Amino acid sequence: MSNLQFLWFILIGVLFSGFFFLEGFDFGVGMSVKLVARNKRERDQVIETIGPIWESNLVWLITAGGAMFASFPEWYASLFSGFYLILLFILVGLIIRGVSFKFRSSSENAKERNTWEWALFLGSVIVPFLFGMMFVDLVMGLPMNASKNVMNASFTDYVNLFSIVGGVAVTLVSFLHGLNYLRLKTEGAVRERSLAIAKKLYPVLFAGLVVFAILAYLKTDFFTERFTSSLILLVLIVVFAALSAYGTYKDKEGLSFISTGLVFVGIVAFLFNGLFPRVMIAKDSQFSLLIENASSTPYTLKVMTIVTVVLLPIVLLYVAWAYKQFAKRVKIDR
Amino acid sequence: MDIEFLARFQFGMTTVFHFFFVPMSIGMAFAVAVMETMYVVKKEQIYKDMAKFWGNIFLIGFAVGVVTGIIQEFQFGMNWSEYSRFMGDIFGAPLAVEALLAFFMESTFIGLWMFGWDKFNEKLHLLFIWLVSIGTALSALWILAANSFMQNPVAYSINEATGRAELTSFVGLLKNHQLWVEYPHVLFGAIVTGGFVIAGSSAWKMLKNKDMEFFKKSMNIGLILGLVGSILTIGAGHQQMIAVANDQPMKFAAMEGIYEDTTSPAPWNIIASIDTKEKETKWEISVPYLLTLLGGEDKYIGMDQANKNLHDEYDAKFGSDVDYYLPVKTLFWGFRFMAGFGTLMALMAIVGLFLLHKNKIQNMKWLLWLFVAGISFPFISNTFGWLVTELGRSPWTVYGLFTIADSVSPGVSATSLLISNIVYFLLFSVLGYVMFVFCKRAVKKGPYYVDPSEAKKDGIDPFAKGVL
Repeated sequence: MSNLQFLWFILIGVLFSGFFFLEGFDFGVGMSVKLVARNKRERDQVIETIGPIWESNLVWLITAGGAMFASFPEWYASLFSGFYLILLFILVGLIIRGVSFKFRSSSENAKERNTWEWALFLGSVIVPFLFGMMFVDLVMGLPMNASKNVMNASFTDYVNLFSIVGGVAVTLVSFLHGLNYLRLKTEGAVRERSLAIAKKLYPVLFAGLVVFAILAYLKTDFFTERFTSSLILLVLIVVFAALSAYGTYKDKEGLSFISTGLVFVGIVAFLFNGLFPRVMIAKDSQFSLLIENASSTPYTLKVMTIVTVVLLPIVLLYVAWAYKQFAKRVKIDR
Repeated sequence: MDIEFLARFQFGMTTVFHFFFVPMSIGMAFAVAVMETMYVVKKEQIYKDMAKFWGNIFLIGFAVGVVTGIIQEFQFGMNWSEYSRFMGDIFGAPLAVEALLAFFMESTFIGLWMFGWDKFNEKLHLLFIWLVSIGTALSALWILAANSFMQNPVAYSINEATGRAELTSFVGLLKNHQLWVEYPHVLFGAIVTGGFVIAGSSAWKMLKNKDMEFFKKSMNIGLILGLVGSILTIGAGHQQMIAVANDQPMKFAAMEGIYEDTTSPAPWNIIASIDTKEKETKWEISVPYLLTLLGGEDKYIGMDQANKNLHDEYDAKFGSDVDYYLPVKTLFWGFRFMAGFGTLMALMAIVGLFLLHKNKIQNMKWLLWLFVAGISFPFISNTFGWLVTELGRSPWTVYGLFTIADSVSPGVSATSLLISNIVYFLLFSVLGYVMFVFCKRAVKKGPYYVDPSEAKKDGIDPFAKGVL
């Protein structure tokens, strides 16, 4: 494995972390439209907190997909064709969610608005849930063949206890992350209600994390292959979750928000650490796809690295600037 | 049903649907940027109203364009995994650059623009829409860099061990001459699209005699963009045809419906009756000399000769049983629909501008109705243009290097593909319908509509004089 290959493996992980950190709270906010807000004005308020920024957050996923295609075409090909139906419904979720913002604001009456609020809610639930499932399936291993394709996978390879727990976990963290974001970005009843709901959800999260850890121990080879690093990352996830809960009970919203974001980063790191040096785990381990044989050529990796080194800082600068412009709390009476 | 058919159907369906909104977004963003520039320069309120009003239509189209774009990115891996393996080294880089350079720019600044009308000073706000406009145009550049490679592979080598295409020069990829005829053609076509959406919608409002000044001014901008855009599109299309005749003679011959080599100088077929079974053109109405005049070559080879050449060149690699003939009628008529509507739009723009400046157009109902119908013309042109380009690439995904049959995902079942086709079809029907309704509604309300509920909130009486 070359340095560049290793770097791009890490970068793909970074891009997915960025996606979950940023788009994660967008999903949570989308859920809150139905679960926290109680009337039109509150729903307007909730949606306005992400109105200007959700699109650029979504680009993290598009970039992760494009970067995966570019740096690890074999991984992209095996993963995307191997998770066909899951990805189809992820797309459906992203689509109904993506159009719902503009369609809602163009709606003429409460009934139309309600339709697109439901689209926003459903899309915001489906996408994190299915991503959670997909990543768990990925690390459990799939039936793959010598041509690197996922072949004859059964229903239970995709839908099983562990993958459902994974899906629920990611959805739950997204919701909490969204609640913490709303605490940070709103005033009035929405903020108070977000806090109250978050307080009730933390015990569920901790129970979920215990189940997740046990299943990870039983169903993956993470603890036989890389015991120490897996354990450290698992502990980190718990620490971030605890910090986030602490921030909630002590009413420190910034801390809560950063910490739920870091829980996502921790989960991605945990999964990528367990994957390494593989990118796709085959049930028959000789067919596992490795970083080493899944990547594009050194030349393409070099081009991509140069492009990224030049462009990413600029992107981060103006994205951060945009966030700063909309840093104010969203009031209810706007 | 077989996997290849379903995967191709899906690619066609998603691409055509996505490509309704891409040119519209590019064109509308540019038009809105022009309008806002006029506001900042001339300081006339009406241009600000225009930027807001047409910007709203742009945003509705953009929303659908973005989400259907994600399908495009995902489906290479989902439906065409073997293609992705073959092409990843080359296709991935422009795709990733597109995301980093263009998508972040568009999506960030569109948020700032949308929510920043009262927040930023005028010049900064103007900069946002220009960055969005540049972003949409850059996005097209990078995706067409990938597409151009599929039409005319350059700057690559084939790795004998893996059988994959590998990039040898990133600069070479961007220097592909195909890119520099395809990109302007698509970009100018997009500007025409934006122009005709604005001109047609304005015509509709003029028929209703609403906000005449606003819509006359809008129509003027729409038609100027339509005129300049269509002339440039025709020019770029001409260059592209010369390149196609050179790079893909079979596609060119099919577009012109020529089976046997032409005489010298070559005539141009206006219409022709093509028999694809007997592989002959039964009759045609043609203009002598014109093809030679247009293309610059003395004579052009027909499909029979092109077929022979392709077999000579590729039999060793792909076997002698490959069918190199294309869906001739689709290409022939598709090209004529594209070029025909393109020319019609150029003429319409000239006539429309003339009458607009003579202040006569508002009295010519039939012409205004033609402009309303004209909203569909750029979409027809764009769709046929794309169909001709992509169908003419058969039997390859990457011209001369990799076949469509070898490109599909072997692990994906026909059932999965059938499900996704149905889901997309339903989704697109709903999205297309809703978008159309919302755009129509927005135009119907006009630029000075005040939502009564919003007005009440601010303490304005919606029925008071001066509000509307």
